[in-house]
Amino acid sequence: MKDKKLISKIKKSQLLLPVVAMLLVMAVNIIHDAATGAGAFSFFKITLQQTTGNGTILYGRIIDILNRGSEAALLALGMTLVVSASAGTDISVGSVMSLCASYCCMLLAGYGVSSVNELAKPLWLGIIAGILLGCLCGAFNGFLVARLNIQPMVATLILYSAARAIGLLVCNDLIVYVRNDSFGFFGSFLGPIPTPIIITAICIAILSLILKKTALGMYIQSVGINARASRIAGLNSKRIIHLAYIVCGLFAGIAGVVASSRITSADSNNIGLYLEMDAILAVALGGNSLGGGKFNLAGSIIGAYTIQAITTTLYALGVSTNQAPVFKAIIVIIIVAIQAPPVKAYMRKKSLSKTAKGVA
Amino acid sequence: MKNKKVSLNSNTILLLITIVLFIVLYGMGCIMYGNKGFTHLQTFLNILITNAGLICIACGMTCVMLTAGIDISVGGLVAMDCMMIAVGLNKGIPAPLMVGLVILTGIIFGLVQGFFVGYLEIQPFIVSMAGMFFTRGMTAVISTDQVSVTEKSSPLYYAWANYKIKLPFGGYMNNKGKEVLPYIRINVVIALIVLVVIFFMLRHTKFGRSLYAVGGSEQSAAMMGLNVKSVKMKAYVLSSFLCSIGGICFSLNTMSGSVQQALGLEMDAISSAVIGGTLLTGGVGNVIGSFFGVLINGTISSIVKTNGKLASSWPNILTAGLLFMFIVIQSVFAAIRSKKTR
Repeated sequence: MKDKKLISKIKKSQLLLPVVAMLLVMAVNIIHDAATGAGAFSFFKITLQQTTGNGTILYGRIIDILNRGSEAALLALGMTLVVSASAGTDISVGSVMSLCASYCCMLLAGYGVSSVNELAKPLWLGIIAGILLGCLCGAFNGFLVARLNIQPMVATLILYSAARAIGLLVCNDLIVYVRNDSFGFFGSFLGPIPTPIIITAICIAILSLILKKTALGMYIQSVGINARASRIAGLNSKRIIHLAYIVCGLFAGIAGVVASSRITSADSNNIGLYLEMDAILAVALGGNSLGGGKFNLAGSIIGAYTIQAITTTLYALGVSTNQAPVFKAIIVIIIVAIQAPPVKAYMRKKSLSKTAKGVA
Repeated sequence: MKNKKVSLNSNTILLLITIVLFIVLYGMGCIMYGNKGFTHLQTFLNILITNAGLICIACGMTCVMLTAGIDISVGGLVAMDCMMIAVGLNKGIPAPLMVGLVILTGIIFGLVQGFFVGYLEIQPFIVSMAGMFFTRGMTAVISTDQVSVTEKSSPLYYAWANYKIKLPFGGYMNNKGKEVLPYIRINVVIALIVLVVIFFMLRHTKFGRSLYAVGGSEQSAAMMGLNVKSVKMKAYVLSSFLCSIGGICFSLNTMSGSVQQALGLEMDAISSAVIGGTLLTGGVGNVIGSFFGVLINGTISSIVKTNGKLASSWPNILTAGLLFMFIVIQSVFAAIRSKKTR
């Protein structure tokens, strides 16, 4: 009896899906490694490696996944709040990332300059300005969604197509290189650990602390479940939705700075390309309903890293960058099909009839 | 009853604004770049030729958006179509067979998407996002190179692409004193036929009206006895079918296939439809509006191209600005309407 309860509890848990997906990815990796004779558990191996610069860094596939998945995880944080509060997705985050990266690099290099070794402006100014610009974009999206009652997807469509273009304009149609170690720090290593991992960890910690310690998380959920009822209950629904978008923009800004620091340049055309899809996918994979309401931050984060793990695994299996989306698409469809209400109803019916037969 | 009248009015106003805006934009182009040939009829026809594919796709997108759905897989599907045609023709498959194959692929693809949206009730955005990933990836699976169609690979297809349908009016004298008649290409004819057919389908057929009904209110449509699931599925099949036709038009214009082709086309189609007065909430919209939306998009990029000095990112920014304007106007109308009903 107790076992059954535990099983049903696990079945109902939101985290079931992302964790199962993660385990599947690991299983595929282990099988592949064992088949190629690289040692069954080389996926989990983390070693210290000597770099040319006389430092030691952590090296291993898990570290790589955590490192590369940082941007998607950051975006997924903001996206979770947006999806929860407004029952819609912010499809502009990838473009906003690119814009923030371009603006930050433009400030650091000076307008119209394509490559610098010395910073034109203090580092903190560029970083803060880039992140603030992200907030501004989020505020714009939030204004359209919350105040003008425009469907989130349409409202964010504007910046989706404009932000990347503005980023190109800001950079004068150039790829701006900022070849400076202090700027490259955000995409490289702090001691042995990659900095993006640390930044993401800090962001996750702060956000979850805020959501735990204040009532903000509950407010966002209640607005998402029923905006009108929340308003009657005394919440300023519009302000909360607006805030969710600003936070989403903030994380897009941080992700943009990290992404540009990683390549020490602002490549407007490629930074954050299709990353909004990864972020939305991470939220869906994390067991969050895209119809708004309850959210689970941990699920989204695991979802984001799972997607990165899938991508890395595909590359390890020898699938080319351009072909990887086929598998991603199939995985997405399987995941959402499992969660689809008619499929769930069908499964329930089947299990019910099974128990009925058992009773008889 | 009164309520209906109000909503009808605000929609016609939106359509009117779109048409007026197109005329103003084009007039501006004529005044600013009259000396660069902007006033010639051919410039307008060139906009049609380059955007013929987009017109078909926007028609399909409008039908999907009427049911409150969205289909962002169209860009990928166009890329896949172009690649299929380019690779197929180079392998020596006859052009008519290839065209049929592409359309068949589109219909099957639409059936799958429609099944997921209609019968499994998964969000259209997620389904078509998966569709986008799938088609883009499949394009790369077919070939990662830039494949072009030459006269050698398929004379018939080459002839189709280069066939000029001369118009009997609107010519001008060139430097040598010879009259140059304006021309259109086959893809424009296809696009215009699609436009007219879809216009009448939405207006006068049972399926067309049921699209509006499902988008207006799914529950009422179901109560009226409509099979909502099947209507939704058919909308996606129609969209992918039109998208395949659009892909052929696109391919006739570019004569090549590559993974990066038609990048962001889905957003062009959506923004055209929105500028044309189609609401993403469903139930309101018209293909004529979408047609003018496409023309506005085309005019903007044409003006920027004619100027030559402006950065290549300006069309995107201007279109986004227009989109913003139209969305705000729509939301104002919606606010007025909801006040009146109250």
